[in-house]
Formats: sequence, structure tokens, C-alpha cells
Amino acid sequence: MIKPRKRSQHNGVIQGGIVLQSTTVSEATTLKRIHAKRRGFRERALKSFKAHWQLYLLVLPPLLFFLIFKYYPMANAVLAFKDFNVVKGIWGSPWVGMKHFDAFFENPIFWTLLQNTLLLSLFLLLAGFPIPILLALMLNEVRSTRFKKFVQLVTFAPYFISTVVMVSIIMLFLAPRLGFANVALQYFGLEPINFLGEPGMFRSIYVISDIWQTAGYAAVIYLAALAGIDPTLYEAAKVDGASRLQKIIHVDLPGILPTITIILILNVGNVMSLGFEKIYLLQNSLNLPSSEVIATYVYSIGLLNANYSFATAVGLFNSVINLILLVTVNALAKRLSNTSIW
Amino acid sequence: MAISTAAPRRRIRESAGDRLFMFAIYAILGLVLIAVLYPLIYIVSSSISSPAAVTSGRVWLWPVDVSFRGFQTIFKTPQIMTGYANSLFYMSAGTVISVTLTIMLAYPLSRKTFFGRSGILMLVTFTMLFSGGLIPTYLVVKEMGLIDSRWALLIPNAIWVWQVIIARSFFQSTIPEELVEASEIDGCSDWRFLWSVVLPLSKPIVAVLVLMYAVGQWNAYFDALIYLKSDKLYPLQLVLRSIIIQNNSAGVMDPSIHVQRAELAELLKYSLIVVATLPVLIIYPFVQRYFVQGMLVGSVKG
Repeated sequence: MIKPRKRSQHNGVIQGGIVLQSTTVSEATTLKRIHAKRRGFRERALKSFKAHWQLYLLVLPPLLFFLIFKYYPMANAVLAFKDFNVVKGIWGSPWVGMKHFDAFFENPIFWTLLQNTLLLSLFLLLAGFPIPILLALMLNEVRSTRFKKFVQLVTFAPYFISTVVMVSIIMLFLAPRLGFANVALQYFGLEPINFLGEPGMFRSIYVISDIWQTAGYAAVIYLAALAGIDPTLYEAAKVDGASRLQKIIHVDLPGILPTITIILILNVGNVMSLGFEKIYLLQNSLNLPSSEVIATYVYSIGLLNANYSFATAVGLFNSVINLILLVTVNALAKRLSNTSIW
Repeated sequence: MAISTAAPRRRIRESAGDRLFMFAIYAILGLVLIAVLYPLIYIVSSSISSPAAVTSGRVWLWPVDVSFRGFQTIFKTPQIMTGYANSLFYMSAGTVISVTLTIMLAYPLSRKTFFGRSGILMLVTFTMLFSGGLIPTYLVVKEMGLIDSRWALLIPNAIWVWQVIIARSFFQSTIPEELVEASEIDGCSDWRFLWSVVLPLSKPIVAVLVLMYAVGQWNAYFDALIYLKSDKLYPLQLVLRSIIIQNNSAGVMDPSIHVQRAELAELLKYSLIVVATLPVLIIYPFVQRYFVQGMLVGSVKG
């Protein structure tokens, strides 16, 4: 605090202890106020702690969980800037700066991984995002409650199928010889296709099966939003002689737009964090050119080849891009439509 | 249809366009139903058909030559039964641990007088946006000595942030501040209040938490894949992966019945899918509303 500052800047901005030049009277009172505020802070904390020590005790184990299994790994991510040495451990290993990042960016596989990750995410977003909305809009038109409930029940069900079973089903249906798809193809006199061995088909298989599994689940949120639309709007539309389609376009869609925006933000924010689990299980040596994404690469380089530092660098690159994407999309949505997730 | 058109409450007649529109909607929803149901029915039908019918592609919709060979083989295979028992254990133990920890965190965070709750909430939600990554997490689990132990599947992913958020907003909206104040005046401690007032009032949210964690734990395979090494600890999902996806049925069947082996191996896959999924799908219609409720509580103030 060498430079003399304008008094107004002290107000609230600078904490009491830092200010050295408190000569004028008004500054002294500011200081006093800040001290009092600080004491209030400490007192409040102490009071809350004394009165609710049981609550603090409750929070302790979950908090430890987050520190150990979420924050400690974040600190461990410095491994990306080191050469891992098993004997010396993470913190004793030598620093190597950006070596692993440079190696990753210069590796030709970088572009393949980036392309595969982005393309698959994009397909998933383009095809997977609108379908639950359409499903919800259609279900909302259905007058028979029983039929509506039945469709909801059935379409929601695949959500509970595990990834392993889902991939098993895909493999059984698409098996080269005995699979249902090929039996059907042969029935119509067509040549059988090795679906899972074709790199060009991988993305379609992934996206279609994903929609099959999650569309009914994702539609629930939109259905709830639709149920919350003011009924007088429908009556007004009816009086104005709107057709069903017009009602959907002018009442339903604007009504659920905030929900759509939020789900879209969340989906775009997750573009880089593609589900590893399903891709890994669907992978085989034939479809690898289009099925190797960043997450599966980290797994095979890191855990299978024990190249910890390099894999950490690749993973960190992915996490940072993801965070940037989420923050950007959220800010954009906030500016454009006043809807955001925080 | 006829009844509703005759009904006197009807004010405006549906136009031909609207009726066509509705017809299209019903037709599309019908197709959606078939697309979702067909694979499920096909798999169940195959699982109770004869091995020969399955391998020769004679099953189209309903079972052909009904037999229970697949299920008999499953119940005679120790590898699968161990996996089943392990999964049941992971599911029950994991759910108890997860639900307890989630409530321990979510309840204090819902109290206005709890000093520092916004800081803790930020600390917790930030982990949704950013993570250390696969390798650093693996190294921490290794450091804790959890590799190849049952704890590795119960602890490192015990708390899901989303569940904490739902539980917290439920507590906030159902437990009125006046109730807390009244109990404080009566000299009721925080623990006692949580145990004998909050929890009895929060049965719906506890149901949501239990179901979501239980299904998640039953369906998980990734943690087991990276943290476990011994077969005897494997959950069912990993056994399924090895038999169906990696096509590794050598340990399952008696090699002496050579001729039928390939056919039986194929049938076994369908039966395994049914056995692994049935518990969840059978209870699902009864608990669906809890899941829907859980999703909606979370989206009220996400």
C-alpha cells in the first residue's frame, strides 16, 4: 500500500489489516467498521459452530470424501507437468514443463482423437437432442391418459439397462452371422454386413442405440415443463381458432424454451466428456479408426500401458476444454436468453 | 372416439386437419412403442427358446421350442453365481453408504443457520464441472490401498453431487424453518431432529436416493474394471462382459458336450441378459414415479 489511494476505494474493498495509511478521521471509522464486520463474521461462525456442532460433525465425513477423492486428484493432476517416477511418487518426480502436452499435440493421433470425439458428440447432440422434445410434444397431445402413461412407461424402461447389457444387445443384434439384422438381411436376399467392423457405421450405431436408451428418460423433463404451461393460453388459442400444430408452435414451444435452453447448455458443456463406458465396450480393432476418442485413449495409454504422466496430460487437456466450453455456452445463453445454469 | 364427439361438453369441432394430425401422432407413437419393445421381447423370447432355434435364426417374435436350458446352465455356473452374489452385496452395501453420506451432507446444507453452507456447496458442485481425470484418481485410490478390494467399488464414487442437490432442495422445500426453531426451543438436538423429524418427513426423497444409487451400483462396471483384479470379486456386469462381449465362455461349460456347445453358448448370452436385467425391469413400473419425482425435484432449482 505505497501509493496513496482515494478514500472511496477503501470502502468494503480492502480488508482492515492490509491498510497501513489510516490517517484521516473518516478512514479510521471505516477501519473500525471493517473490524466490527470482521468480528461479526468470526462471532457468527463461532456461534453457529457452538450451536450446531452436530451439523458440522455430520458434514465432516462427506467433506473428507470430496477432499480425498475429488480435490486430491485435482492436485495430483500436476503429474501432467512431470515425469512420473514410481519410487519418488507424484510430488518427488522431476518437472518437465509442457513436454507431454507438446508430445500429444505433435502426435498425428491428436487430430484423429479430436475429430472422433467432436464428431461423435456432435452427432449425438444433433440427433439426440431434438428427439426427446418431439416425443414430449407428441405425448402431450395424446388425450387418453392410459395410452400416454403406457408409452411413457415403455420408453423410460431402457434407461435402466446397464451399459454392458446395452452393448451386449447391440452385439447380439448386429453379430456378423447369427445376428438379427443379418438374418433379416439374408431373408431378403441381401449380403450380410459386419456392422461393428465397419468404421463408417460406428457413429450411427452409437447414436441410434443411445437415443433408443435415453429418449424416454429425457422426455420426462419436457413433459413436466409442458404440464406447467398456463392453461389460459390454450383456451385463448382455442378461441382464436388455432389448429393443434399452431398451438404446439405458438404455445408449447415458447413455454418450454427455458427448459430447452438449460438442457442444451448442459449437453454442449458435455461435448468433450463423452461416455467412456459404452464406447470402450463397442470398440474392436476394426472400428478403432472412428471409435478411438480421447477418453478411451487415456485409458489405454494410462492404465494399460502405465504411461501415467502422458495420459494425465491428455485427460487434463480434455477437462480444461470441457470447462471452457461449459462456461462459454452458459455465458452466451445468459446474454441471449437470460437463462443460465448458475 | 364416437362417445367423445357425441359428448355435449364439446364446444369446437375438431377440424379435418387436426384429426389427421392426431392420427399421425398416434401412428408415430405406435412405431416408437414397437421400436422400443421389439428388441426387449426378442431377447426374452430367445432366452427361453431351444439352443438350435436361436442359432438357426428361427426366433422372430415369440419363443420357439420353449426350453430353459440357458437358465439351467446359468444356475449351474459358479462364475456367474459368484458375480450375482457380489453384485447383490455391492448394491446393498453401496446404497447404504451412499444414501447415508448424501443425507449427512445435504441436510446441513439445507439449513439457513448453518454457517459456511454456500462455501461447501460451491466446493461440492465445482466437482461436477472439473475433475482431476482418470489417472490422478486411480493413483489416489491406489495410495489409499483400495486396489483389488471390495471397498474400491463402494467408496471412491460414493457421493453423486446431483443426488446431494436433489436431497438438499427437497429438505429446503419440505422442512419449514419454523419447525426447526420450535424444536430448538424445546431443546431438541440437531441429530435428534434429523433422525426423528426430518427423516420421517422425507420418505419420498429417501426412496429416490435409494433407487437411484441401487440401480447405479447394480449397473456399474467401470470402477470394477479399473480397480479389481481377482475374479472372485467381480460384479455380475464384468462377468457379462467377459461372456457376451469378449465371447469367452470357456470356463462356463462342460467341454465334453462338444456338439451343442456353440449353440448353448449363443443361447446363454440371451439368458444372461434377461437374468441381469430382470430384477431392475420388474420393480421398475412400481418405482417409476420416484425416479420422475427425483428428476423434477432437481430441475426446480438446478
